[in-house]
Amino acid sequence: MLIIDCPYCGPRSETEFGYGGQAHVAYPPDPHALTDEEWAQYLFYRDNPKGDRAERWLHSAGCRRWFNAVRDTRNYEISAVYRLSDPRPHQTTKGA
Amino acid sequence: MNQRQLPEHPDFLWPNPEPKASYDVVIIGGGGHGLATAYYLAKNHGITNVAVLEKGWLAGGNMARNTTIIRSNYLWDESSAMYEFSLKRWEGMEEELGYDVFFSQRGVLNLAHTLQDVRDSVRRVEANRLNGVDAEWVDPRQVKELCPIINIGDDIRYPVMGGTYQPRAGIAKHDWVAWAYARRASELGVDLIQNCEVTGFVMDGDRVTGVQTTRGRIATGKVALAVAGHTSALTELAGFQVPIQSHPLQALVSELHEIIHPTVVMSNHVHVYVSQAHKGELVMGAGVDSYTGYDQRGSFHVIEHQMSAAVELFPAFSRAHLLRTWGGIVDVTMDASPIMGLTPVDGMYVNCGWGTGGFKAVPGAGWSYAHTIAHDEPHALNAGYGLERFVTGALIDEHGAAAVAH
Ligand SMILES: Cc1cc2nc3c(=O)[nH]c(=O)nc-3n(C[C@H](O)[C@H](O)[C@H](O)COP(=O)(O)OP(=O)(O)OC[C@H]3O[C@@H](n4cnc5c(N)ncnc54)[C@H](O)[C@@H]3O)c2cc1C
Ligand SMILES: [Zn+2]
Repeated sequence: MLIIDCPYCGPRSETEFGYGGQAHVAYPPDPHALTDEEWAQYLFYRDNPKGDRAERWLHSAGCRRWFNAVRDTRNYEISAVYRLSDPRPHQTTKGA
Repeated sequence: MNQRQLPEHPDFLWPNPEPKASYDVVIIGGGGHGLATAYYLAKNHGITNVAVLEKGWLAGGNMARNTTIIRSNYLWDESSAMYEFSLKRWEGMEEELGYDVFFSQRGVLNLAHTLQDVRDSVRRVEANRLNGVDAEWVDPRQVKELCPIINIGDDIRYPVMGGTYQPRAGIAKHDWVAWAYARRASELGVDLIQNCEVTGFVMDGDRVTGVQTTRGRIATGKVALAVAGHTSALTELAGFQVPIQSHPLQALVSELHEIIHPTVVMSNHVHVYVSQAHKGELVMGAGVDSYTGYDQRGSFHVIEHQMSAAVELFPAFSRAHLLRTWGGIVDVTMDASPIMGLTPVDGMYVNCGWGTGGFKAVPGAGWSYAHTIAHDEPHALNAGYGLERFVTGALIDEHGAAAVAH
């Protein structure tokens, strides 16, 4: 079980959270202008890195707010949590 | 009673050659899909100058970590074609490969616990029948006849309202399946090279001409990816993406018990599935962990959840003990269907996205992937499974039959 540090509530068990996949995927500014290939990218393609990933979590059984975390997908260590409105923090991960 | 004994192995099943400087085809990944593909390349297409490169040991990935459920009762035409073709080959596998694989057609029950489950299940049974797949709807009393240890009382949180039953479905012994393909492929001239990780590609413009490995550079005109959850890492090196997310998927076994569970029971709604392995372990699994990951382990609450569902369905299991848990890395697509076909790189082929359910497809995937590689175009069985479906929108939405189910 992961311990996830909600930026609003502090550290809580993973069972209180929902997973929201890759962070920072912007809604297309002009959806009507997208080609089929661009729609495919937006709808179906997400990064799938071995290493640090910026991703969304929802504290569904707590404050019910979304936030972002940077998690290493090789060992599940969370190195940063931040608000949705903040940019991805710059950092260097151990071993990366 | 011989169900509980396994025969002895020969001392060795295949040689361990040094990699050659070049091959006609290099298959990356020595799981079930890579090995079956190598075998069918040699057997069906006469292409024997082939290497299977495996970073660890053969079948050490998902192939020997899965819960071995084999069935073909998927909803859509493309899926039932692929899985039913595979099931027919499972039925002849021991003869074809000359090796025990313990394919046991003990049937698979997919339970329904809600009215929506019931409607979806009945619809799937009808679709299966139209596709020539054996399937029937069974009521709770019939469920109990098929599996006497199951609790069909209506005083539990999600009572059993019936289920679908596929009598020809079942389980097999996964590692023996891998060894069976490996042995025959090796006899036909395929080099099985373990401890050989692919770390890069040699390109000539848009064409791949070789692979970089931890055991040196190997030239080849054709590279076939069969690395399941690790596909993204390799396609990134080749300059393109595949629409998969890699998740941990866990399973577990109990200690050995008397044989009490005659079939395979799966429940998408309460999230557990159970069978009893040949020697007597109860084998259980559920859905993927929610987050992506490559650590071959997941979170314990996922196991707790599936065990509480199992104990409610099978009260007798409350006395069993959890002996071992493990995880694999499964490659999940948005439509819960696999990806197989050509790629943006000339000479490179992809087979991935089987997610939680690719063991049952090993024969059919190997067969059609070998065809795709040999002819540079998909076989009829995988024509609908190309990367282009994510652009055209012709998805094969198998969430109903595949999401939790394996
Ligand atoms: C817990 C669990 C339960 C499952 N239950 C079922 C089930 O009941 N029924 C069912 O049909 N399916 C099930 N599956 C799914 C099934 O196991 C997979 O879909 C299938 O095994 C994937 O194909 P494979 O055997 O070729 O993959 P793998 O065995 O994972 O083979 C991929 C291989 O590629 C190797 N590799 C990766 N990167 C590299 C590299 N760079 N260089 C060289 N080699 C590399 C890996 O080491 C690995 O051996 C389950 C999976 C898991 C994890
Ligand atoms: Zn919170």
